[in-house]
Amino acid sequence: MSLLAPPRPARESVRRPRTALRGSLAVVVLLALLVLLAFASLMWGARDIAPADVWAALVSPVTGGNDHGVVRNERVPRTLIGLVAGAALGAAGALMQGVTRNPIADPGLLGLNSGASLAVIVAIAGFHVTSVDGYVWFAFLGAGVAALIVYGAASMGWEGVTPVKLALVGAAVTATATSLITVVLLMDRNTLREFRFWQVGSLANRSLDALTSVLPFVAVGLLVALAAGRVLNALALGDDVARGLGQDVTRGRLLVVLAVVLLCGSAVSLVGPIAFVGLVVPHVARAVVGPDYRWIVALSMLIGPLLLLAADVIGRLVVAGELEAGLVVAFVGAPVLLALVRGSRSVAA
Amino acid sequence: MSLVAHDVHLAYDRRTVVHGVDFAVPTGEVTVIVGANGCGKSTLLRGLGRIMRPTQGRVELDGTDLRRLRPRDVATRLGLLPQQPTAPDGITVADLVGRGRHPHQGAFRRWSAGDAEAVSNALALTSTHQLAGRRVEELSGGQRQRVWIAMMLAQDPGTMLLDEPTTYLDIAHQVEVLDLLAELNAERGTTVVMVLHDLNLAARYADHLVVMKEGRVLRCGHPGDVLDADCVREAFGLESRVLPDPVAGCPMVVPIGRHVPTLPATAMPA
Repeated sequence: MSLLAPPRPARESVRRPRTALRGSLAVVVLLALLVLLAFASLMWGARDIAPADVWAALVSPVTGGNDHGVVRNERVPRTLIGLVAGAALGAAGALMQGVTRNPIADPGLLGLNSGASLAVIVAIAGFHVTSVDGYVWFAFLGAGVAALIVYGAASMGWEGVTPVKLALVGAAVTATATSLITVVLLMDRNTLREFRFWQVGSLANRSLDALTSVLPFVAVGLLVALAAGRVLNALALGDDVARGLGQDVTRGRLLVVLAVVLLCGSAVSLVGPIAFVGLVVPHVARAVVGPDYRWIVALSMLIGPLLLLAADVIGRLVVAGELEAGLVVAFVGAPVLLALVRGSRSVAA
Repeated sequence: MSLVAHDVHLAYDRRTVVHGVDFAVPTGEVTVIVGANGCGKSTLLRGLGRIMRPTQGRVELDGTDLRRLRPRDVATRLGLLPQQPTAPDGITVADLVGRGRHPHQGAFRRWSAGDAEAVSNALALTSTHQLAGRRVEELSGGQRQRVWIAMMLAQDPGTMLLDEPTTYLDIAHQVEVLDLLAELNAERGTTVVMVLHDLNLAARYADHLVVMKEGRVLRCGHPGDVLDADCVREAFGLESRVLPDPVAGCPMVVPIGRHVPTLPATAMPA
């Protein structure tokens, strides 16, 4: 039988079933993991609470029940905040890497985090705000102003906004804001004490009010992010090819940056400047589904909260008195990034 | 389908590169633009393809100024392949060709049967069907160029603009790519406009040759009428002899240059 001509290889299907199949499967698995992790986040902490009690606290709370109070007033808000901020950071990271065609881009590249930090410093030193909830609007405003300056300055010149200009102006704004922050902190020890807890990045001690006030921004940002996947797919081929395909490059970039500002501004005002999530998460998504940004963005919205919430839960378990999520994220995320660099050939954007 | 440039001026920042070009792309033919480095031929192509907007004058597609058309409506009629495009890492041939469907899709519209058919046709026409599942970075230069052309075919435009589609290809692959474009033109009536550096290949494949110099059209017309030693001297500042190509009879440019090796008299017939 080997004398016969080898069977003709089956015509490879042109519909892209592999990406769609892997993507859908990943969504299901990630959603399941998120549900499990969210429940774990309600159970574990300074005091472990049995699953049955957690469930009772959610569906039929007893007023005055101590465990029920912990679940409803502390763990539910921080879990929800972790989910929302994680989704925002993951999506924002994917958008940033796509729009700059830069695999090491993170949302901090636009100067958002340093702008937010500077605004929080102003809130502490200038307006004597000391509650985390009080920082929310300052942080959001600071992030927005920084992004506006970066985008405005990068769009000067005849060719408009380019990825390189965005990165350079972002670096300049970040450096300026950081040195201003350092000046204030060196002069004012009280502000330093308040600020460093915010700056580390944490999910603890946030109220649901803070979450509900930024939720509309996150919702709009996530919707725009999902719609922007195809724009990023066109931009990934280079500006000229994208234009040839009928993509308005300037408008596409503006749309994506707008979504990043909404998402990242919300996240930084909720949990502080945690940049690493936005860097790692899109790479994990890319390793799972390949270079299609419609799927990378969607998966990043699920992997982001998984990483952030996992970091928060681990931080509660490893040390008595908690380690902030912003610190743990790096310890969880860095090995993942290293593994991807070693094992994958498609780490680039 | 008509693409016409009226007094088109194109500039990078304040440096004007194309100074008032009037030029109607002949429909259903292969047009090749040639000229010295920096003469504005690629820039003119970018202007025709709506990538650059004219600082003065206008480009009309079927009688309407390009600037007044929606980008995606232009993209369904006019495809453009820039010089040396880069594919995202890890992308497969089928995925890259699929991205040619961009102007036919909406923000949340799913991949349709029409899209699948267009991609399948594009792969078949460029003989890249058996490469569909391969990663683009694994392909040879010639295969890769065929895949990019397939992407443009999936976009399904009546006119294709290509900027030096043969750059960095060896001579066999250059001919392969140009043959493919000539076949698409002959079989589907696709209008082709491309920038080429090799004058002999340009003369061989062009129905219509445009010679540019310093941002203006020096000569245009059938290669046999346009390309002679005077034209080469004027456009490139090079002395040459132009002989009939022994294979096709079209003009063949033999440069003279300062260095002509002295060979034994028997090596070359007179």
